[in-house]
Amino acid sequence: MSTTAAETRATRTLHIEDVGMSFPTPRGPFVALRNINLDIRRGEFVTLIGHSGCGKSTLLNLVAGLTTPTSGLMLLEERELRGPGPDRGVVFQNHSLLPWLSCYGNVHLAVERVFGECETKAQLRERCLAALELVGLTHSKDKKPGEISGGMKQRVGIARALAMQPKMLLMDEPFGALDALTRAKLQDELTAIVARTGATVLMVTHDVDEAVLLSDRIVMLTNGPAATIGEILRVDLPRPRLRLALAEDPHYVQCRKEVLDFLYTRQGHVEKAAA
Amino acid sequence: MSSVTTFHSQWAAGADERRSAAAAKTVPAVVPAVPGLRLKRLPIDRRALALTVFPPLFGFGLLIGIWALLTINGGSFPTPAATWDAAVKLFADPFYRNGPNDQGIGWNILYSLERVGLGFGLAALVGIPLGFLIGRFVVLNRMVSPIISLLKPVSPLAWLPIGLLVFKSANPAAIWTIFICSIWPMVINTAVGVQKVPEDYLNVARVLRLSEWRIATRILLPSVMPYLLTGVRLSVGTAWLVIVAAEMLTGGVGIGFWVWDEWNNLNVAHILIAIFVIGIVGLALEWLLVTLARRFEFN
Repeated sequence: MSTTAAETRATRTLHIEDVGMSFPTPRGPFVALRNINLDIRRGEFVTLIGHSGCGKSTLLNLVAGLTTPTSGLMLLEERELRGPGPDRGVVFQNHSLLPWLSCYGNVHLAVERVFGECETKAQLRERCLAALELVGLTHSKDKKPGEISGGMKQRVGIARALAMQPKMLLMDEPFGALDALTRAKLQDELTAIVARTGATVLMVTHDVDEAVLLSDRIVMLTNGPAATIGEILRVDLPRPRLRLALAEDPHYVQCRKEVLDFLYTRQGHVEKAAA
Repeated sequence: MSSVTTFHSQWAAGADERRSAAAAKTVPAVVPAVPGLRLKRLPIDRRALALTVFPPLFGFGLLIGIWALLTINGGSFPTPAATWDAAVKLFADPFYRNGPNDQGIGWNILYSLERVGLGFGLAALVGIPLGFLIGRFVVLNRMVSPIISLLKPVSPLAWLPIGLLVFKSANPAAIWTIFICSIWPMVINTAVGVQKVPEDYLNVARVLRLSEWRIATRILLPSVMPYLLTGVRLSVGTAWLVIVAAEMLTGGVGIGFWVWDEWNNLNVAHILIAIFVIGIVGLALEWLLVTLARRFEFN
């Protein structure tokens, strides 16, 4: 049995054990998350799904290190996770680009921080350009965030996160604010980027189709307060997954149905559960 | 094609030459299009011009008209024409020196600007970093805020005796007064700007684990810049307001002292000129900083 445990340790990037999170309020502590147990393997694409307010983003922020869990253990490549750091590239929901820097400048800020001490300026520049090329933005590298569309901003955000060569990519509803067509396009691009870079991804979404299309596993959270993992669905669809072909694929339909069933039948009564 | 060129007036000749070169290859049908070219040369919107130029001119005209009407019967108040004559004489030689108490208006303005520059510069040097610290560290904010609230509404002239007491000299006392009066808008605006830096930007800083220095220079400073420049603008305005009052009391060379001196000479025309000059310099300072602020707008 010990060999399998060692194997798990060797292949897992993130290990979350019995993590709980509560916030102090005037009326006593508010328990947002409890008993979260999750392992994410290297190169795996995992999405977190659940109703709004269930703590998806809270869990992602814990992994990002932006907040500290009140209980439990988190390991990133077998080292205790403490505080935020550039080993986890975060793509924020509202892109969070610095408006006074160009696209290149935004990526460069991250690259300089991570590789600035050990690489030459030319190498840093090379990294920035490569990251921007990866997301197809070479042509607008000198534009300011105010001059490009929402989809492009989000791509710069992805480039910034990937340019740091993080151990994990954390995405908080990255496409939530985009229109359906742009979103579909970016989902396809993200799939291609992940396939090329072999990135390990943890992504928060509330879009069932997005979750099934992109994920290896879908982690479904129960309704808050005191949310926990209700179910984990393995999506065994072969890659590359083609949006149009999938629509009629029975396994895709089945996965989609299972997530919908979880969200709307078993966890459907948000108000009642919260009361 | 030379006939085409001579047919048109001279001001369109340059364009016609270019056009005729093209027309040489094409058909003569180009010719009717040329009058259209002439219309394009007058793109000035006369209506808009009239609306931006005439109302201000009319306003000034009205002011001077009322002034002329009120002074038409003579008295101690000079007429606009008399004031204008005095101004022409005054500005004919703005940089003369007849001893320490009789110098040209140019010197007076420059001395005042020097004091404002020094007092304001020192205030910026102290106030902006202080604002950053107050905005960034809550404890410091709680510590300093009540003091600022208490000192901010104090009249500039109340600070003057303190300056005289400490520096034992009029000039540093005037600079001190400007310093203490113009520091508050910069401290407060910078602090508010730092507090209003979007959480997202700070999260980026945290994820990248930037050093405090990097956060200050790469994230806080650009983000705070618009607030900071508003503070600077308010401060310069205050400084220019304060200098006149301070110089009236401290004496020396300066526009404030000059106003008081001309009052003692009962030269009311010069006082009116001084009022206009003070207004114009204040406006120029404001304009300079607004222009500077525009360069830092990033949205």
